[in-house]
Amino acid sequence: MLNSYGPIVIFFIIAAAFPIVTLWVMKFIRPKFIPTPEKVMPYECGITPESDARGRYTVRFYIVAILFVIFDVETIFLFPWAVQFQVLGLFGLVEMMVFLGILIVGYIWLWKRGALEWI
Amino acid sequence: MAPLNHILALSVILFGLGAAGFVIRRNIITIFMCIELMLNAVNLAFVGFSRYLGDLSGQIFVFFVIVVAAAEAAVGLAIIIAVERNRQTLAIDEIDSMKM
Amino acid sequence: MSTVQASDFICILPQIILSGFAILVMVFEPFVPAARRVMLGWFALFAVASAGAALAWTSTLPGTAFGGSVEASFFSIFFMALFLLVAALCLLGSFDYLARDHVQHGEYYALILMATVGMCFMASSTELILVFLGLEISSISTYILAGFKRQDALSNESALKYFLLGSFATAFFLYGIAFVYGLSGTTNLTALAERIHAQSSPPIMLWVALLLMFIGLAFKVSTAPFHVWTPDVYQGAPAPVTAFLSVGPKAAAFAVMLRVFLVTFAGEGAVLFWLLWISAALTMIIGNLGALAQTNVKRMLAYSAIAHAGYVLVGLATGGEEGSASVMFYLLVYALMNVGAFLLIAHLAGTGEHWTNIEDFRGLGFERPGVAACLTALMLSLGGFPTTAGFLGKFYLFRAAVGAGLTGLTVIAVVTSVISVYYYLRLVVVMYMQEGTPQAPSAPMPWPLRVALAVCVAGIFLLGLFPGNVLTLAHLAAMPLP
Repeated sequence: MLNSYGPIVIFFIIAAAFPIVTLWVMKFIRPKFIPTPEKVMPYECGITPESDARGRYTVRFYIVAILFVIFDVETIFLFPWAVQFQVLGLFGLVEMMVFLGILIVGYIWLWKRGALEWI
Repeated sequence: MAPLNHILALSVILFGLGAAGFVIRRNIITIFMCIELMLNAVNLAFVGFSRYLGDLSGQIFVFFVIVVAAAEAAVGLAIIIAVERNRQTLAIDEIDSMKM
Repeated sequence: MSTVQASDFICILPQIILSGFAILVMVFEPFVPAARRVMLGWFALFAVASAGAALAWTSTLPGTAFGGSVEASFFSIFFMALFLLVAALCLLGSFDYLARDHVQHGEYYALILMATVGMCFMASSTELILVFLGLEISSISTYILAGFKRQDALSNESALKYFLLGSFATAFFLYGIAFVYGLSGTTNLTALAERIHAQSSPPIMLWVALLLMFIGLAFKVSTAPFHVWTPDVYQGAPAPVTAFLSVGPKAAAFAVMLRVFLVTFAGEGAVLFWLLWISAALTMIIGNLGALAQTNVKRMLAYSAIAHAGYVLVGLATGGEEGSASVMFYLLVYALMNVGAFLLIAHLAGTGEHWTNIEDFRGLGFERPGVAACLTALMLSLGGFPTTAGFLGKFYLFRAAVGAGLTGLTVIAVVTSVISVYYYLRLVVVMYMQEGTPQAPSAPMPWPLRVALAVCVAGIFLLGLFPGNVLTLAHLAAMPLP
């Protein structure tokens, strides 16, 4: 019983040893790190960051995200239907069109109410 | 293949964590995430039972739960945004203007 | 593969009509100018009326549909008729309220219709997953309705609390369903009942599942100790919405309780009985004592709604045909009383609902005698005075409880309902016996609201004096339950 865990233990040891050994070896090979202002900047390509990355996002992003979540998740019902398309036949097709029709009505409503406008 | 007991144990732990977080946490977004955690614990239980019973309907229920959770998330986030706009806070203890 | 037939769709025709009209209202909304939005409300009322006609047709064709997942029985039809009545009354009371408070949007009417669809599915479904979907459809719609005044901080807060605690509760209910599924391999209530009764000793996990489902539903009907959200939510939500959500989702959750606890889990008698007994007693005590201390009318009625849930739980603990029938009769009576009271308060509170303190109503009896008489009748019925339906409803509930030997619980119920008379009468006393003028500017009452109130008050006295026909219907509906 315990024997069967042997390979896993060996695997863990190797996995842990690999980065340690690599970093230790590299310490002798790589050039010495001398921090200069250019080196410690977030983007090494030279673009100057404009503000903190943890700033606040406009609330408009949340609305787009909410709309995305709803329409994205509805596709979950399309997958089983697509897989069994032949079996479900015409009835399945009509059913799915009704479902999509309801979603499209929601989309029209969103559009007309201006939820997709960016102010 | 994990036995049913292990799956259920994980599901109960997740559900318990969600319920405990709901009671303990003070930020609305975190509380909301705890509810989502509880729903996902339910999903895990459904899938586990479905495989144990060899019955597909449990997995179909998960579909419905996911969609309902998404709809709930959308409405919940919209309500949270409305609250934030009116009060500039998301701490649940500060939202208590109706205490008698 | 089972095929779907036309009869399946006829079985859920009322729900189809309501959903279709709700979608149409949403489509029309952006194209209707703001001044004419009330037309959408009348359109929604027409939808409720058509659904009522469809329900009348469906009631002649009882049976199950969609592989036994939905049924049209006296039970489901009784509850669906109740939901349609509540929706119609709330719509009538909302037209002028929304215009007055500058939130006249078509979505309001669509959401009322969708919430009604969800409640109808809760009452007519015999499949737990469909019950869950119905519960969520009605819950999500009412979360939005509670926060419908977006600019109003109280309305926001109400929606937030309702949302957080409501979704917390549905997670419990759903977990219960998951365990039921795991233990029996089915979520169809009819099949489930057979499998449970076939087992000689039910596994302990079944009780856990039962408890989880009970917790979920107890939140929805706001029984102690799961009532904490009720006062805040009822106070903050727009008053016509409070009228709707203090009655509709509550009655729907009771319908689920009747079906699940009294039919499917009938074998689990002892555990279930004490669960219902204890929560009924707690709910009546906490609700009635809590209401005594309130100074806000909406908050007082919220505690009163908690107390009334306690009375209904007495009927559930009683069980049997007598208990179930009295529960259904009481839910109908409660709907008329509560919708009437909240709609009237919505009108009296004035623009922005500024005047909802009990003191704000002083002198109303002399200033506006008709309105005050109406409110008095509603309060007397809520308090259970003879000749009103509130009295008969309680009488049937308690008589059934005594008949089943629940003397202790009945004593608690009678004592607490005597206490409740104090806070209902306090409002009447303030209206008639205190000097002063009513605080809110007295606007004339719009006629749709008059119609709704007339239905409520007339219903209270009709049911209070001639309950015969409705009671027979309730017994017919309760018959298939054991």
